[in-house]
Parts: sequence; C-alpha cells; structure tokens
Amino acid sequence: MTTPHLIWLLSGVVAILILASIIGEVLRQRLSPQGENAVVENLNARIAAWWVMVVLLAIAFLAGKSGVVILFALASFAALREFLTLATHNRADHWSLVACFFVVLPLQYYFVLIDWYGMYSVFVPVYVFLLLPVLSALRGNPRDFLVRVSETQWALMVCVYCVSHVPALLYLQIPGFEGRNVILIAYLIFVVQLSDVLQYVWGKLIGRTKVAPTLSPSKTWEGLIGGALSATAIGTALYWMTPFSILQAAGLCFVLTMMGFFGGLVMSAIKRDRGVKDWGHLIAGHGGFIDRLDSVIFAAPIFFHVTRYYWSLT
Amino acid sequence: METATRTPLARRAAAVFVGQAISVFARFMTAPRAIWQGIEPVPRQRVYFANHSSNGDFVLLWTVLPAPLRRQTRPVAALDYWLTSPLRAFIGRDVFNAILIDRRPEARTQDPVAQMAEALDSGASLILFPEGKRNSSDDLLLPFKSGLYHLAKARPEVDLVPVWIANLNKVMPKGEVIPVPLICTLTFGAPIHLDPDEPKETFLARASAALLALHSHGAT
Repeated sequence: MTTPHLIWLLSGVVAILILASIIGEVLRQRLSPQGENAVVENLNARIAAWWVMVVLLAIAFLAGKSGVVILFALASFAALREFLTLATHNRADHWSLVACFFVVLPLQYYFVLIDWYGMYSVFVPVYVFLLLPVLSALRGNPRDFLVRVSETQWALMVCVYCVSHVPALLYLQIPGFEGRNVILIAYLIFVVQLSDVLQYVWGKLIGRTKVAPTLSPSKTWEGLIGGALSATAIGTALYWMTPFSILQAAGLCFVLTMMGFFGGLVMSAIKRDRGVKDWGHLIAGHGGFIDRLDSVIFAAPIFFHVTRYYWSLT
Repeated sequence: METATRTPLARRAAAVFVGQAISVFARFMTAPRAIWQGIEPVPRQRVYFANHSSNGDFVLLWTVLPAPLRRQTRPVAALDYWLTSPLRAFIGRDVFNAILIDRRPEARTQDPVAQMAEALDSGASLILFPEGKRNSSDDLLLPFKSGLYHLAKARPEVDLVPVWIANLNKVMPKGEVIPVPLICTLTFGAPIHLDPDEPKETFLARASAALLALHSHGAT
C-alpha cells in the first residue's frame, strides 16, 4: 500500500518530529533539567507519544487494508472504554455494554473490511440504535433509561461509527487514484492534527479572546483563526499528492480544520460536564485516546462522505 | 516461597504463564491506573488493604504493582473459596501464591493472623480485604473484620497502606459472567499504623476512614 507520496509524507512527518525532539531536548536542558517545568515536560511527553502514533500508523499502512482496519478497531476499543467509563449506566445495562464491545464494534469493522457500504453506513445509526435499548429494557430497570441509552448510543456513534470512517477511506474508488487511498488517511490525520497543534501554538503566542471560556480555557479565536488558516495553507500546498485540485484541497482542508475544532469543542463540553480534565491516561502527555482523536472523529465521516460523493465511483 | 520450592518446574512455568495471561487480560479490560497518592512504588514491605467488590480485585492490585514489588506480594484469600476446585486451587496457590485462610472459625486448623504474620516475617508483602467478603451492597464499604487490627497488633512496624479500587464492580457486577471493559483506578493512600494502646474499634474505624477518603479521588 505504500506509494512514493506516502513515503514522502511520512518522511516529512518524521523530519518534523526529529526537529521537534531536538527542540524539546534543548528546552529540557535549558528550562527543565530536573523536570520542574510542566510545559516543557508536557511538550516532550507529547512528542514521544507522537512518535509512537506515527510508528503504529506506518506499520498499519505496511500491513495493508486489514492492518489499518485492525489498528482503528483497536483505537475504537480504547476510545469506547474511555467514553463508557464516564457514561451513565447501571447494572441493567450490563448486556448492552457487553454487546457494544464484543458485538457492535467487531461487526462494524467487519462490514468496513468487506466493503459493505450499505451496511456499515447505517448499522450503528439504525440497527444498533433500535435494538440495543431493547437489551437494557428487557432487564426492566427504567431509572434514567433515556439518559442511559442515549449516552451509550452517543458513545458508539463517536467511538465506533465515526472512527470506522477512517479505514473506510481505503475502499473509495477514485479514478486515476487507484492504489493510493492510504494517502487519504494520512492526509486527513495530518491536516487535522496539524491544525490542532497550530491552534495550540497560535493560541499560546497571541491568543486573547476565548471562544468558549466555560468549556475550554485553551481555545481562543486567535488560535482558531491562525491555526485553521495555517493548517489549511499547508494542507493546500500538499494538494499534488491528493485527488483534489488546489481549490478543492483548500476547501476540504478548511472543512477538516473546522470539523476538528468542533470535535474538540464538543468533547470538551462532555468532559466539563463530567468534571474531568482528560478522557483517560493511555497516551503519556496526551490524556486519553479520545483527547487525541476528538478532532479526527468529527472530521473523518464528513471527509469520507464529501470525498465519496464528489470523487468516488462507488 | 515454601510451596514454590516443592512444586515441579512445569507447574511453576504454567503458573508464571497463567499469571502473565491474567494480568494482560486485566489490563486489556480495565486499563488500570495506579495513583500513588500517599506512597511511592518502592520495594518496601507493606500490607495493602483494599475495598472488595469483585474477584478481580487482587488481580488488579497485583497487576499495577511494578514487577519487583509484585513478586514479593501475596494476596490473603479465603481457603473455603479457593480450594473448592483444582483450577481455583492452581490459580490461588500456584499463580498468586495466596495465603489461604479459613473464614470458618470452627473448621480452622491454623490461626489466620499467625499465617499472615509468618508470611510477613519471611519478607512478603500482603494484599488484604478487611471487609472479609465481596461487597455487593449499596454501601461503599462493609464494616471491617478484626483481622487487620490483630495483624497490626502482631506486627506494629509494618506499613498498612489503604488502596481504593474504583469501578471494578461495574466491570463485572456480582452474578454476571462476561466482563465489560471500563477503566479502573487504584488509589494508594498514606500508610497507617496501630497507635500504642489504641482500642480495636477506634483503629478499625480509622483504617476504614482512611480507605474511604481515597474514594472521591478515584474517579477516572
């Protein structure tokens, strides 16, 4: 599945990470030799985690379609475990929760793997939506029923349905782009994550006006505009490795950065409601899986459907 | 320990393998996180006492301990539960090297406190559930049995470390067979010791309060 473009993109990312690691190490020696500067320590932990993610993605790309599907199925599993840990449920939901992890999640990714678009695009929003509450209802405890089934459905939509649209990109049939679909995944993740980082950097540099002070103190209008525009510019400059023209790439990148921002905002609102700072602790320096994936989760289905509608034959 | 030296090599190898497998499974299901709030994870003799809501409790506590600590840590478990089938006996005795005590005073051949003190004297750390049985009530903790007090009295110098295990009762509620993957946290509090002349009830109430104080901190 490797194409020259993918190797260039990965090499570019590796180069950026090497540079970031060097900067991180210099900052550590200058400002935080004993690990006393929290910002520097956090930065270095983030860079280390990025290395792991890039290596995992590269391995999955090398392993082919099923490798990518399995990687994102595992990511879904970790995300779902984080989400449901914070969701409302009681003992009557035990079988519904078991079904989420061991039936719904594997089936959704199986449908992606066998490229059954007609099923994986409606499985969670239609079949699971209707049938899963039945499992909870059969146990007969009506307390907080609507809250419980809604939160479970939300967890599945966010952590399973949306995430599964990342590997689904591999199955689009775009004329003249055959065999290079893996670029779509790399491009999606690169643009969205770059936008996250640049929003953080712009926000730290010139951020003043908070977008949603009650939800997230780190999201500022200056960071959003600066980050979204610069990530869009960089993503547009990479249009030559995608099936898109310059203008199309610019439009798509802008949509991706916006959806990524919305994802972060909505997930912040949920975390704020539940009184936690991070979704989990699995990725050192990054909090949980959902903390890193929130922007990709919101961007992936939109990117998939726009690309599918305008460019794909299937 | 004394059982390990006598068991055949194959059985010991199987025990190590099964122990690792159980530990990996526990990590997969609960991604357990240790919060070292009151102590550091250093190799020092301790009695960890925790809330008990599931059979997975001591597995999880054992799993989050760093490997050098894990090797010297033995759970204290009920003989009347763990010796009821060969598989349980294998897991209890061989895999976790549990100190099996009899909860039935009338059937006892050995004094539980003496068994625990003996293990401490041989250098082991212990995992103890002072509630004495799994808690399936709505209360956060059941009243403590007196074993913790008698152990503290017999070996007053040993650190008694409260450990709050959060969420495991949701992973596998009593009566369910398939566990649900949810994140669990284990909060290690500051060690307590028996004060000289401290009455049993006062000490047990203090130990219970020390454990309960970790509860609010435990949410993921």
